[in-house]
Amino acid sequence: MAIFDDKVRKQIGDILTKLGDRVNLLYFTQEMECGICKDIHEFLNEFASLSDRIGLTTFDFVKDRDKAEHYKIDKIPAILLLDKNDNDTGIRFFGLPGGYEINSFIQGLMEVSGVKEPLSQGAAEMIKKIDRDVHIQVFISLTCPYCPAAVSAAHRIALENPRVRADMVDAGVFPQLAVKYNVSSVPKTIINEKIEIIGAEPIEKLIETAAKA
Amino acid sequence: MEFKLNIGAPDTEDRVLRMDAGVLYDVIIVGGGPAALTAAVYCMRKGVSTGLITMDFGGQLSDTSTVENYMGYSYITGVDLANKFKEQVRQFEIAIADGKKAVAIEDGTEKVVRLDDGSAFRARSLIITTGKSSRKLGVPGEIELTGRGVAYCAICDAPLFAGKRVVVVGGGNSGIESAIDLAKIAEHVTVVQFLPELTADRVLVDAFEAFTNTTTLYEHEVMEIVGTQTVESVKIRNRVTGDVSTHEVQGIFIEIGLDPNTVSVKGLLKLNEFGEIEVDCACRTNRPGIFAAGDVTSVPFKQIIIAAGEGAKAALSACEYILRES
Ligand SMILES: Cc1cc2nc3c(=O)[nH]c(=O)nc-3n(C[C@H](O)[C@H](O)[C@H](O)COP(=O)(O)OP(=O)(O)OC[C@H]3O[C@@H](n4cnc5c(N)ncnc54)[C@H](O)[C@@H]3O)c2cc1C
Repeated sequence: MAIFDDKVRKQIGDILTKLGDRVNLLYFTQEMECGICKDIHEFLNEFASLSDRIGLTTFDFVKDRDKAEHYKIDKIPAILLLDKNDNDTGIRFFGLPGGYEINSFIQGLMEVSGVKEPLSQGAAEMIKKIDRDVHIQVFISLTCPYCPAAVSAAHRIALENPRVRADMVDAGVFPQLAVKYNVSSVPKTIINEKIEIIGAEPIEKLIETAAKA
Repeated sequence: MEFKLNIGAPDTEDRVLRMDAGVLYDVIIVGGGPAALTAAVYCMRKGVSTGLITMDFGGQLSDTSTVENYMGYSYITGVDLANKFKEQVRQFEIAIADGKKAVAIEDGTEKVVRLDDGSAFRARSLIITTGKSSRKLGVPGEIELTGRGVAYCAICDAPLFAGKRVVVVGGGNSGIESAIDLAKIAEHVTVVQFLPELTADRVLVDAFEAFTNTTTLYEHEVMEIVGTQTVESVKIRNRVTGDVSTHEVQGIFIEIGLDPNTVSVKGLLKLNEFGEIEVDCACRTNRPGIFAAGDVTSVPFKQIIIAAGEGAKAALSACEYILRES
Protein backbone atom coordinates (compact mmCIF):
# COMPACT_ATOMS: atom_id res chain seq x y z
CA MET A 1 0.00 0.00 0.00
CA ALA A 2 1.32 3.41 -0.92
CA ILE A 3 1.40 5.85 1.97
CA PHE A 4 1.34 9.04 -0.09
CA ASP A 5 -1.06 9.70 -2.94
CA ASP A 6 0.44 11.11 -6.13
CA LYS A 7 -0.35 14.70 -5.30
CA VAL A 8 1.21 14.64 -1.83
CA ARG A 9 4.22 12.65 -3.09
CA LYS A 10 4.87 15.29 -5.73
CA GLN A 11 4.43 18.17 -3.27
CA ILE A 12 6.83 16.64 -0.78
CA GLY A 13 9.28 15.72 -3.53
CA ASP A 14 9.26 19.33 -4.75
CA ILE A 15 9.99 20.68 -1.29
CA LEU A 16 12.76 18.13 -0.76
CA THR A 17 14.62 19.35 -3.85
CA LYS A 18 15.51 22.33 -1.65
CA LEU A 19 17.13 20.09 0.95
CA GLY A 20 20.70 21.19 1.72
CA ASP A 21 23.06 18.70 3.35
CA ARG A 22 22.28 15.06 3.85
CA VAL A 23 19.98 14.12 6.75
CA ASN A 24 20.11 10.70 8.36
CA LEU A 25 16.96 9.28 9.90
CA LEU A 26 17.15 6.66 12.63
CA TYR A 27 14.11 4.56 13.32
CA PHE A 28 13.67 2.51 16.48
CA THR A 29 11.09 -0.25 16.22
CA GLN A 30 11.04 -3.96 17.12
CA GLU A 31 11.06 -7.30 15.35
CA MET A 32 7.35 -7.97 15.83
CA GLU A 33 6.20 -4.56 14.76
CA CYS A 34 3.12 -2.97 16.31
CA GLY A 35 0.48 -1.73 13.83
CA ILE A 36 1.58 1.88 13.95
CA CYS A 37 5.26 0.81 13.88
CA LYS A 38 4.66 -0.91 10.55
CA ASP A 39 2.91 2.16 9.17
CA ILE A 40 5.79 4.37 10.24
CA HIS A 41 8.26 1.97 8.66
CA GLU A 42 6.44 2.22 5.35
CA PHE A 43 6.10 5.96 5.74
CA LEU A 44 9.84 6.37 6.32
CA ASN A 45 10.79 4.05 3.46
CA GLU A 46 8.61 5.98 1.09
CA PHE A 47 9.70 9.35 2.45
CA ALA A 48 13.41 8.51 2.20
CA SER A 49 12.91 7.35 -1.39
CA LEU A 50 11.82 10.88 -2.36
CA SER A 51 15.33 12.32 -2.02
CA ASP A 52 18.83 10.93 -2.39
CA ARG A 53 19.91 13.16 0.47
CA ILE A 54 17.89 11.28 3.09
CA GLY A 55 19.40 8.23 4.77
CA LEU A 56 17.39 5.74 6.83
CA THR A 57 18.71 3.24 9.38
CA THR A 58 16.43 1.01 11.42
CA PHE A 59 17.25 -0.33 14.87
CA ASP A 60 15.56 -2.92 17.01
CA PHE A 61 14.63 -1.49 20.38
CA VAL A 62 15.33 -4.83 22.09
CA LYS A 63 18.29 -6.21 20.15
CA ASP A 64 20.05 -2.88 19.73
CA ARG A 65 19.75 -2.00 23.40
CA ASP A 66 23.11 -0.18 23.38
CA LYS A 67 21.98 2.10 20.56
CA ALA A 68 18.70 2.85 22.31
CA GLU A 69 20.59 3.74 25.48
CA HIS A 70 23.10 5.83 23.59
CA TYR A 71 20.31 7.95 22.10
CA LYS A 72 18.26 7.87 25.34
CA ILE A 73 15.32 6.21 23.59
CA ASP A 74 12.94 4.89 26.26
CA LYS A 75 9.97 4.02 24.08
CA ILE A 76 9.04 3.12 20.50
CA PRO A 77 8.13 3.96 17.81
CA ALA A 78 10.82 6.65 17.70
CA ILE A 79 12.29 8.63 14.80
CA LEU A 80 15.55 10.58 15.30
CA LEU A 81 17.14 13.12 13.02
CA LEU A 82 20.93 13.07 12.64
CA ASP A 83 22.92 15.54 10.59
CA LYS A 84 25.22 14.70 7.65
CA ASN A 85 28.03 13.73 10.06
CA ASP A 86 25.69 11.49 12.06
CA ASN A 87 25.62 13.91 14.97
CA ASP A 88 22.47 13.66 17.06
CA THR A 89 20.41 16.83 16.66
CA GLY A 90 18.19 16.09 19.66
CA ILE A 91 15.12 16.09 17.38
CA ARG A 92 12.75 13.18 17.97
CA PHE A 93 9.31 12.09 16.80
CA PHE A 94 7.47 9.56 18.94
CA GLY A 95 4.62 8.46 16.68
CA LEU A 96 3.86 8.90 13.00
CA PRO A 97 4.33 12.45 11.75
CA GLY A 98 1.12 12.33 9.67
CA GLY A 99 -1.86 14.70 9.58
CA TYR A 100 -0.67 18.20 10.36
CA GLU A 101 2.63 16.91 11.77
CA ILE A 102 3.97 16.16 8.28
CA ASN A 103 4.78 19.88 8.36
CA SER A 104 6.94 19.73 11.48
CA PHE A 105 8.65 16.63 10.08
CA ILE A 106 9.57 18.33 6.82
CA GLN A 107 10.57 21.50 8.63
CA GLY A 108 12.80 19.49 10.97
CA LEU A 109 14.51 17.79 8.01
CA MET A 110 15.02 21.09 6.20
CA GLU A 111 16.50 22.75 9.25
CA VAL A 112 18.84 19.85 9.97
CA SER A 113 19.97 20.03 6.32
CA GLY A 114 20.93 23.66 6.95
CA VAL A 115 18.02 25.30 5.14
CA LYS A 116 16.44 27.40 7.85
CA GLU A 117 14.94 30.78 8.53
CA PRO A 118 17.17 33.01 10.62
CA LEU A 119 16.28 33.37 14.29
CA SER A 120 16.04 36.82 15.77
CA GLN A 121 19.34 37.81 17.34
CA GLY A 122 17.84 37.79 20.83
CA ALA A 123 16.47 34.28 20.38
CA ALA A 124 19.75 32.93 18.98
CA GLU A 125 21.70 34.31 21.93
CA MET A 126 19.23 33.04 24.50
CA ILE A 127 19.41 29.51 23.08
CA LYS A 128 23.22 29.53 23.19
CA LYS A 129 23.14 30.52 26.84
CA ILE A 130 21.26 27.39 27.92
CA ASP A 131 23.99 25.46 29.77
CA ARG A 132 22.01 22.65 31.39
CA ASP A 133 20.34 19.53 30.02
CA VAL A 134 16.84 20.37 28.88
CA HIS A 135 14.26 17.84 27.76
CA ILE A 136 11.20 19.23 25.97
CA GLN A 137 8.20 17.00 25.22
CA VAL A 138 5.45 18.40 23.00
CA PHE A 139 2.20 16.42 23.12
CA ILE A 140 0.10 16.64 19.96
CA SER A 141 -2.77 15.10 18.06
CA LEU A 142 -2.52 14.65 14.30
CA THR A 143 -5.71 16.66 13.74
CA CYS A 144 -4.45 19.78 15.53
CA PRO A 145 -3.59 22.70 13.22
CA TYR A 146 -1.69 24.61 15.93
CA CYS A 147 0.55 21.75 17.01
CA PRO A 148 3.27 21.74 14.30
CA ALA A 149 4.29 25.27 15.29
CA ALA A 150 4.86 24.16 18.89
CA VAL A 151 6.79 21.08 17.76
CA SER A 152 8.97 23.00 15.32
CA ALA A 153 9.84 25.65 17.89
CA ALA A 154 11.00 22.98 20.36
CA HIS A 155 12.94 21.13 17.64
CA ARG A 156 14.66 24.32 16.53
CA ILE A 157 15.92 24.95 20.07
CA ALA A 158 17.26 21.38 20.19
CA LEU A 159 18.99 21.84 16.85
CA GLU A 160 20.71 25.02 17.99
CA ASN A 161 21.88 23.71 21.37
CA PRO A 162 23.26 20.19 21.94
CA ARG A 163 22.15 20.26 25.59
CA VAL A 164 18.51 20.31 24.48
CA ARG A 165 16.45 17.28 23.40
CA ALA A 166 12.97 17.87 21.97
CA ASP A 167 10.30 15.23 21.36
CA MET A 168 7.07 15.28 19.42
CA VAL A 169 4.81 12.85 21.30
CA ASP A 170 1.53 11.73 19.71
CA ALA A 171 -0.90 11.59 22.64
CA GLY A 172 -2.93 8.99 20.75
CA VAL A 173 0.05 6.61 20.43
CA PHE A 174 1.21 7.08 24.04
CA PRO A 175 -2.04 7.38 26.02
CA GLN A 176 -0.32 6.35 29.26
CA LEU A 177 2.01 9.37 28.93
CA ALA A 178 -0.94 11.63 28.13
CA VAL A 179 -2.48 10.48 31.41
CA LYS A 180 0.80 10.84 33.31
CA TYR A 181 1.26 14.43 32.17
CA ASN A 182 -2.43 15.25 32.38
CA VAL A 183 -2.77 16.15 28.71
CA SER A 184 -6.33 17.22 27.97
CA SER A 185 -5.58 19.71 25.26
CA VAL A 186 -2.91 19.93 22.62
CA PRO A 187 -0.33 21.21 22.07
CA LYS A 188 0.92 20.76 25.61
CA THR A 189 4.62 21.12 26.31
CA ILE A 190 6.44 19.60 29.29
CA ILE A 191 9.92 20.86 30.08
CA ASN A 192 12.22 18.78 32.31
CA GLU A 193 9.22 16.93 33.75
CA LYS A 194 8.11 19.92 35.77
CA ILE A 195 7.12 22.97 33.73
CA GLU A 196 4.00 22.88 31.55
CA ILE A 197 3.01 25.15 28.69
CA ILE A 198 -0.51 24.91 27.31
CA GLY A 199 -0.99 26.01 23.70
CA ALA A 200 1.54 27.12 21.09
CA GLU A 201 3.85 29.89 22.29
CA PRO A 202 6.24 31.88 20.11
CA ILE A 203 9.78 30.46 20.12
CA GLU A 204 11.12 33.35 22.23
CA LYS A 205 8.74 32.47 25.10
CA LEU A 206 9.59 28.79 24.83
CA ILE A 207 13.33 29.54 25.03
CA GLU A 208 12.80 31.76 28.06
CA THR A 209 10.85 29.03 29.82
CA ALA A 210 13.35 26.33 28.82
CA ALA A 211 16.26 28.45 30.08
CA LYS A 212 14.63 28.63 33.50
CA ALA A 213 13.81 24.91 33.72
CA MET B 1 -3.65 8.11 5.84
CA GLU B 2 -4.09 11.86 5.58
CA PHE B 3 -1.32 14.45 5.25
CA LYS B 4 -2.20 18.10 5.80
CA LEU B 5 0.79 19.53 4.07
CA ASN B 6 0.96 23.29 4.42
CA ILE B 7 4.58 24.26 4.35
CA GLY B 8 6.66 25.16 1.39
CA ALA B 9 10.42 25.23 1.37
CA PRO B 10 11.61 27.48 4.20
CA ASP B 11 12.69 30.97 3.34
CA THR B 12 16.41 31.16 3.65
CA GLU B 13 18.30 34.13 5.00
CA ASP B 14 18.26 36.48 2.02
CA ARG B 15 14.62 36.10 0.97
CA VAL B 16 12.92 37.09 4.21
CA LEU B 17 12.80 40.77 4.83
CA ARG B 18 12.44 41.39 8.56
CA MET B 19 10.58 44.47 9.72
CA ASP B 20 12.89 47.29 10.72
CA ALA B 21 12.14 49.59 13.66
CA GLY B 22 14.19 52.33 11.97
CA VAL B 23 11.93 52.51 8.91
CA LEU B 24 8.80 54.63 8.64
CA TYR B 25 6.57 52.38 6.52
CA ASP B 26 3.86 53.76 4.28
CA VAL B 27 1.51 51.03 5.45
CA ILE B 28 1.63 48.48 8.24
CA ILE B 29 -0.93 45.67 8.07
CA VAL B 30 -1.78 43.94 11.34
CA GLY B 31 -3.08 40.37 10.88
CA GLY B 32 -2.40 37.40 8.60
CA GLY B 33 -5.81 36.16 7.45
CA PRO B 34 -7.50 36.58 4.06
CA ALA B 35 -8.07 40.31 4.62
CA ALA B 36 -4.42 40.97 5.55
CA LEU B 37 -2.89 38.88 2.78
CA THR B 38 -5.07 40.45 0.10
CA ALA B 39 -4.25 43.93 1.43
CA ALA B 40 -0.55 43.01 1.31
CA VAL B 41 -0.69 42.05 -2.37
CA TYR B 42 -2.52 45.27 -3.25
CA CYS B 43 -0.07 47.47 -1.31
CA MET B 44 2.97 45.78 -2.84
CA ARG B 45 1.58 46.10 -6.35
CA LYS B 46 0.97 49.80 -5.70
CA GLY B 47 4.64 50.06 -4.75
CA VAL B 48 4.18 51.53 -1.28
CA SER B 49 6.56 50.36 1.45
CA THR B 50 4.67 47.81 3.47
CA GLY B 51 5.10 45.83 6.67
CA LEU B 52 3.02 42.89 7.88
CA ILE B 53 2.73 42.03 11.57
CA THR B 54 0.92 38.82 12.38
CA MET B 55 0.70 35.96 14.82
CA ASP B 56 0.22 33.45 11.99
CA PHE B 57 -0.50 33.06 8.29
CA GLY B 58 -4.00 32.00 7.30
CA GLY B 59 -6.06 33.12 10.29
CA GLN B 60 -9.34 31.25 10.57
CA LEU B 61 -8.61 29.55 7.23
CA SER B 62 -6.19 27.27 9.07
CA ASP B 63 -9.11 25.96 11.17
CA THR B 64 -11.39 25.39 8.20
CA SER B 65 -11.42 21.90 6.73
CA THR B 66 -12.89 22.67 3.32
CA VAL B 67 -13.99 25.77 1.47
CA GLU B 68 -16.55 25.48 -1.30
CA ASN B 69 -17.53 29.10 -1.84
CA TYR B 70 -14.33 30.95 -2.72
CA MET B 71 -14.53 31.78 -6.41
CA GLY B 72 -12.16 29.94 -8.71
CA TYR B 73 -12.18 26.80 -6.55
CA SER B 74 -15.25 24.64 -6.32
CA TYR B 75 -13.46 22.73 -3.56
CA ILE B 76 -10.24 23.53 -1.71
CA THR B 77 -9.02 22.83 1.82
CA GLY B 78 -8.60 25.82 4.12
CA VAL B 79 -4.92 24.98 4.48
CA ASP B 80 -4.34 24.90 0.71
CA LEU B 81 -6.13 28.19 0.16
CA ALA B 82 -4.12 29.81 2.96
CA ASN B 83 -0.93 28.56 1.29
CA LYS B 84 -1.91 30.01 -2.04
CA PHE B 85 -2.59 33.38 -0.39
CA LYS B 86 0.75 33.26 1.40
CA GLU B 87 2.66 32.30 -1.75
CA GLN B 88 1.10 35.19 -3.61
CA VAL B 89 2.26 37.57 -0.88
CA ARG B 90 5.75 36.07 -0.74
CA GLN B 91 6.36 36.91 -4.41
CA PHE B 92 6.98 40.42 -3.19
CA GLU B 93 9.72 41.74 -0.95
CA ILE B 94 7.39 42.61 1.86
CA ALA B 95 8.74 43.22 5.36
CA ILE B 96 7.33 40.69 7.80
CA ALA B 97 7.21 40.26 11.56
CA ASP B 98 5.47 36.91 12.10
CA GLY B 99 4.79 35.00 15.28
CA LYS B 100 4.23 38.42 16.83
CA LYS B 101 1.23 39.91 18.55
CA ALA B 102 0.33 43.58 18.36
CA VAL B 103 -0.60 44.69 21.88
CA ALA B 104 -1.08 48.43 21.46
CA ILE B 105 -1.56 50.93 18.68
CA GLU B 106 -0.83 54.64 19.01
CA ASP B 107 -1.99 57.43 16.74
CA GLY B 108 -0.07 60.63 16.12
CA THR B 109 1.89 62.19 13.29
CA GLU B 110 3.28 58.70 12.97
CA LYS B 111 1.33 55.63 13.92
CA VAL B 112 3.06 53.14 16.18
CA VAL B 113 2.37 49.42 16.61
CA ARG B 114 3.76 47.91 19.81
CA LEU B 115 4.37 44.16 19.96
CA ASP B 116 4.33 41.64 22.78
CA ASP B 117 8.12 41.22 22.60
CA GLY B 118 8.66 44.90 23.41
CA SER B 119 9.52 46.02 19.88
CA ALA B 120 7.65 48.80 18.07
CA PHE B 121 7.19 49.69 14.40
CA ARG B 122 6.15 52.95 12.74
CA ALA B 123 3.97 53.77 9.77
CA ARG B 124 2.09 56.58 8.08
CA SER B 125 -1.05 54.46 7.83
CA LEU B 126 -2.36 51.22 9.30
CA ILE B 127 -4.69 48.48 8.18
CA ILE B 128 -6.17 46.46 11.05
CA THR B 129 -7.32 42.96 10.03
CA THR B 130 -7.09 41.05 13.28
CA GLY B 131 -10.23 38.97 12.64
CA LYS B 132 -12.03 36.97 15.25
CA SER B 133 -11.29 34.18 17.69
CA SER B 134 -13.25 31.87 19.98
CA ARG B 135 -15.56 33.57 22.43
CA LYS B 136 -15.08 32.79 26.11
CA LEU B 137 -17.99 31.85 28.39
CA GLY B 138 -16.82 34.18 31.13
CA VAL B 139 -17.73 31.86 34.03
CA PRO B 140 -15.66 30.95 37.10
CA GLY B 141 -13.15 28.15 36.45
CA GLU B 142 -12.95 28.71 32.69
CA ILE B 143 -9.57 30.45 32.54
CA GLU B 144 -7.97 28.40 35.33
CA LEU B 145 -8.97 25.11 33.70
CA THR B 146 -8.25 25.99 30.07
CA GLY B 147 -6.17 23.14 28.69
CA ARG B 148 -7.15 21.07 31.73
CA GLY B 149 -10.50 19.97 30.43
CA VAL B 150 -11.78 23.30 29.09
CA ALA B 151 -11.27 23.23 25.32
CA TYR B 152 -12.05 25.40 22.32
CA CYS B 153 -10.81 23.17 19.47
CA ALA B 154 -12.73 19.93 19.08
CA ILE B 155 -10.73 18.72 16.07
CA CYS B 156 -7.54 19.13 18.13
CA ASP B 157 -8.63 17.75 21.46
CA ALA B 158 -11.54 15.35 20.86
CA PRO B 159 -9.20 12.31 20.68
CA LEU B 160 -8.12 12.99 24.28
CA PHE B 161 -11.67 12.48 25.54
CA ALA B 162 -12.23 8.94 24.30
CA GLY B 163 -14.41 7.06 26.79
CA LYS B 164 -15.00 10.19 28.89
CA ARG B 165 -18.03 12.33 29.68
CA VAL B 166 -18.09 15.81 28.17
CA VAL B 167 -20.24 18.91 27.82
CA VAL B 168 -20.46 20.91 24.60
CA VAL B 169 -21.69 24.49 25.01
CA GLY B 170 -23.47 25.89 21.96
CA GLY B 171 -26.11 24.56 19.58
CA GLY B 172 -24.96 26.30 16.40
CA ASN B 173 -22.99 24.73 13.55
CA SER B 174 -19.64 24.61 15.33
CA GLY B 175 -21.21 23.31 18.56
CA ILE B 176 -23.06 20.49 16.83
CA GLU B 177 -20.07 19.60 14.63
CA SER B 178 -17.98 19.28 17.79
CA ALA B 179 -20.72 17.28 19.52
CA ILE B 180 -20.75 14.83 16.59
CA ASP B 181 -16.96 14.44 16.64
CA LEU B 182 -17.08 13.81 20.39
CA ALA B 183 -20.13 11.50 20.36
CA LYS B 184 -18.16 9.12 18.13
CA ILE B 185 -15.61 8.43 20.87
CA ALA B 186 -16.76 9.84 24.20
CA GLU B 187 -18.89 7.88 26.66
CA HIS B 188 -21.50 10.63 26.81
CA VAL B 189 -22.02 14.11 25.39
CA THR B 190 -24.31 16.76 26.92
CA VAL B 191 -25.07 19.73 24.68
CA VAL B 192 -25.99 22.92 26.54
CA GLN B 193 -28.01 25.32 24.41
CA PHE B 194 -29.10 28.79 25.51
CA LEU B 195 -32.08 28.85 23.11
CA PRO B 196 -35.16 26.58 22.95
CA GLU B 197 -33.85 24.88 19.79
CA LEU B 198 -30.62 24.00 18.00
CA THR B 199 -29.63 26.57 15.41
CA ALA B 200 -27.24 24.35 13.46
CA ASP B 201 -28.05 23.37 9.85
CA ARG B 202 -30.62 20.58 9.46
CA VAL B 203 -28.10 18.04 8.06
CA LEU B 204 -25.91 18.46 11.14
CA VAL B 205 -28.80 18.22 13.59
CA ASP B 206 -29.97 15.01 11.90
CA ALA B 207 -26.49 13.48 12.10
CA PHE B 208 -26.22 14.50 15.76
CA GLU B 209 -29.62 13.11 16.68
CA ALA B 210 -28.66 9.70 15.31
CA PHE B 211 -26.34 9.16 18.31
CA THR B 212 -27.74 7.49 21.43
CA ASN B 213 -25.06 8.64 23.90
CA THR B 214 -26.11 12.30 23.93
CA THR B 215 -28.41 14.59 25.91
CA THR B 216 -29.46 18.09 24.87
CA LEU B 217 -30.38 20.68 27.49
CA TYR B 218 -32.41 23.48 25.88
CA GLU B 219 -32.67 26.89 27.52
CA HIS B 220 -29.82 26.07 29.88
CA GLU B 221 -26.59 27.91 30.61
CA VAL B 222 -23.26 27.07 32.23
CA MET B 223 -22.73 28.84 35.55
CA GLU B 224 -19.40 27.45 36.72
CA ILE B 225 -16.69 24.98 35.81
CA VAL B 226 -15.38 23.12 38.84
CA GLY B 227 -12.11 21.23 39.33
CA THR B 228 -8.78 21.44 41.11
CA GLN B 229 -6.22 19.98 38.69
CA THR B 230 -8.65 19.17 35.87
CA VAL B 231 -12.33 19.63 35.14
CA GLU B 232 -14.45 17.54 37.54
CA SER B 233 -17.92 18.95 37.07
CA VAL B 234 -19.96 21.70 35.46
CA LYS B 235 -22.81 23.62 37.08
CA ILE B 236 -25.66 24.21 34.66
CA ARG B 237 -28.73 26.37 35.22
CA ASN B 238 -32.17 25.85 33.74
CA ARG B 239 -33.09 29.31 32.43
CA VAL B 240 -36.82 28.64 32.77
CA THR B 241 -37.01 27.20 36.28
CA GLY B 242 -33.76 28.65 37.63
CA ASP B 243 -32.72 25.21 38.97
CA VAL B 244 -28.97 24.55 39.03
CA SER B 245 -27.67 21.01 38.53
CA THR B 246 -24.16 19.61 38.75
CA HIS B 247 -22.90 17.36 35.95
CA GLU B 248 -19.83 15.23 36.50
CA VAL B 249 -17.72 15.43 33.35
CA GLN B 250 -14.03 15.43 32.44
CA GLY B 251 -14.25 17.95 29.64
CA ILE B 252 -16.15 20.98 28.39
CA PHE B 253 -15.92 22.23 24.80
CA ILE B 254 -16.93 25.84 24.32
CA GLU B 255 -18.40 26.62 20.89
CA ILE B 256 -20.41 29.79 21.36
CA GLY B 257 -19.15 31.81 18.46
CA LEU B 258 -16.40 34.30 17.88
CA ASP B 259 -15.31 37.64 19.31
CA PRO B 260 -13.46 40.35 17.37
CA ASN B 261 -9.75 40.73 18.30
CA THR B 262 -9.65 44.39 19.23
CA VAL B 263 -7.51 44.53 22.39
CA SER B 264 -4.79 46.48 20.62
CA VAL B 265 -7.19 49.20 19.42
CA LYS B 266 -9.52 49.53 22.43
CA GLY B 267 -9.96 53.16 23.41
CA LEU B 268 -8.48 54.31 20.09
CA LEU B 269 -10.96 53.14 17.48
CA LYS B 270 -14.73 53.34 17.63
CA LEU B 271 -16.36 49.93 18.10
CA ASN B 272 -20.00 48.97 17.50
CA GLU B 273 -22.30 47.17 19.94
CA PHE B 274 -20.75 43.80 18.99
CA GLY B 275 -17.26 45.09 19.71
CA GLU B 276 -16.40 45.28 16.00
CA ILE B 277 -14.41 48.18 14.54
CA GLU B 278 -16.78 50.59 12.83
CA VAL B 279 -15.79 51.30 9.23
CA ASP B 280 -17.39 53.18 6.36
CA CYS B 281 -17.70 51.87 2.81
CA ALA B 282 -14.03 52.77 2.13
CA CYS B 283 -12.78 50.85 5.20
CA ARG B 284 -12.04 54.09 7.08
CA THR B 285 -12.22 54.05 10.88
CA ASN B 286 -12.85 57.12 13.03
CA ARG B 287 -9.08 57.87 12.92
CA PRO B 288 -7.66 59.31 9.69
CA GLY B 289 -5.02 56.99 8.25
CA ILE B 290 -6.21 53.95 10.20
CA PHE B 291 -8.19 51.50 8.10
CA ALA B 292 -9.72 48.15 9.00
CA ALA B 293 -10.99 45.16 7.03
CA GLY B 294 -12.48 41.69 7.37
CA ASP B 295 -14.10 39.89 10.29
CA VAL B 296 -12.89 42.40 12.87
CA THR B 297 -15.04 45.13 11.32
CA SER B 298 -18.71 46.08 11.36
CA VAL B 299 -19.13 44.92 7.74
CA PRO B 300 -21.95 42.35 7.71
CA PHE B 301 -21.29 38.68 6.82
CA LYS B 302 -18.05 37.03 7.77
CA GLN B 303 -16.74 35.15 4.79
CA ILE B 304 -13.37 34.63 3.13
CA ILE B 305 -14.32 36.29 -0.12
CA ILE B 306 -15.76 39.26 1.75
CA ALA B 307 -12.69 39.61 3.99
CA ALA B 308 -10.43 39.40 0.93
CA GLY B 309 -12.47 42.02 -0.95
CA GLU B 310 -12.48 44.33 2.06
CA GLY B 311 -8.71 43.86 2.40
CA ALA B 312 -8.25 45.02 -1.18
CA LYS B 313 -10.44 48.04 -0.53
CA ALA B 314 -8.61 48.97 2.68
CA ALA B 315 -5.27 48.78 0.84
CA LEU B 316 -6.45 51.06 -1.96
CA SER B 317 -7.90 53.50 0.60
CA ALA B 318 -4.60 53.51 2.50
CA CYS B 319 -2.59 54.12 -0.69
CA GLU B 320 -4.87 56.99 -1.62
CA TYR B 321 -4.49 58.46 1.87
CA ILE B 322 -0.69 58.35 1.67
CA LEU B 323 -0.68 60.06 -1.74
CA ARG B 324 -2.96 62.79 -0.49
CA GLU B 325 -1.03 63.38 2.74
CA SER B 326 2.42 63.61 1.17
C1 LIG C 1 -14.47 26.64 11.22
C2 LIG C 1 -14.66 27.77 10.24
C3 LIG C 1 -15.12 27.50 8.97
C4 LIG C 1 -15.31 28.55 8.04
N1 LIG C 1 -15.73 28.22 6.77
C5 LIG C 1 -15.84 29.20 5.83
C6 LIG C 1 -16.19 28.88 4.48
O1 LIG C 1 -16.41 27.70 4.12
N2 LIG C 1 -16.28 29.91 3.58
C7 LIG C 1 -16.06 31.21 3.92
O2 LIG C 1 -16.13 32.08 3.06
N3 LIG C 1 -15.72 31.55 5.19
C8 LIG C 1 -15.60 30.58 6.16
N4 LIG C 1 -15.25 30.93 7.45
C9 LIG C 1 -15.06 32.36 7.78
C10 LIG C 1 -13.72 32.89 7.29
O3 LIG C 1 -12.68 31.99 7.69
C11 LIG C 1 -13.46 34.28 7.82
O4 LIG C 1 -14.49 35.13 7.40
C12 LIG C 1 -12.12 34.87 7.33
O5 LIG C 1 -11.05 34.04 7.69
C13 LIG C 1 -11.91 36.27 7.88
O6 LIG C 1 -10.66 36.75 7.49
P1 LIG C 1 -9.90 37.91 8.27
O7 LIG C 1 -8.63 38.12 7.54
O8 LIG C 1 -10.82 39.06 8.44
O9 LIG C 1 -9.66 37.37 9.76
P2 LIG C 1 -9.01 36.04 10.36
O10 LIG C 1 -9.08 34.92 9.39
O11 LIG C 1 -9.68 35.87 11.68
O12 LIG C 1 -7.48 36.41 10.57
C14 LIG C 1 -7.04 37.26 11.60
C15 LIG C 1 -5.54 37.30 11.61
O13 LIG C 1 -5.07 38.29 12.51
C16 LIG C 1 -4.08 37.75 13.35
N5 LIG C 1 -4.13 38.50 14.61
C17 LIG C 1 -5.18 38.60 15.47
N6 LIG C 1 -4.87 39.41 16.51
C18 LIG C 1 -3.60 39.85 16.28
C19 LIG C 1 -2.72 40.71 16.98
N7 LIG C 1 -3.07 41.31 18.13
N8 LIG C 1 -1.48 40.92 16.46
C20 LIG C 1 -1.09 40.33 15.30
N9 LIG C 1 -1.89 39.51 14.60
C21 LIG C 1 -3.13 39.27 15.07
C22 LIG C 1 -4.43 36.30 13.47
O14 LIG C 1 -3.30 35.55 13.85
C23 LIG C 1 -4.89 36.00 12.05
O15 LIG C 1 -3.79 35.74 11.22
C24 LIG C 1 -15.05 29.90 8.40
C25 LIG C 1 -14.57 30.17 9.69
C26 LIG C 1 -14.38 29.13 10.62
C27 LIG C 1 -13.85 29.44 11.99
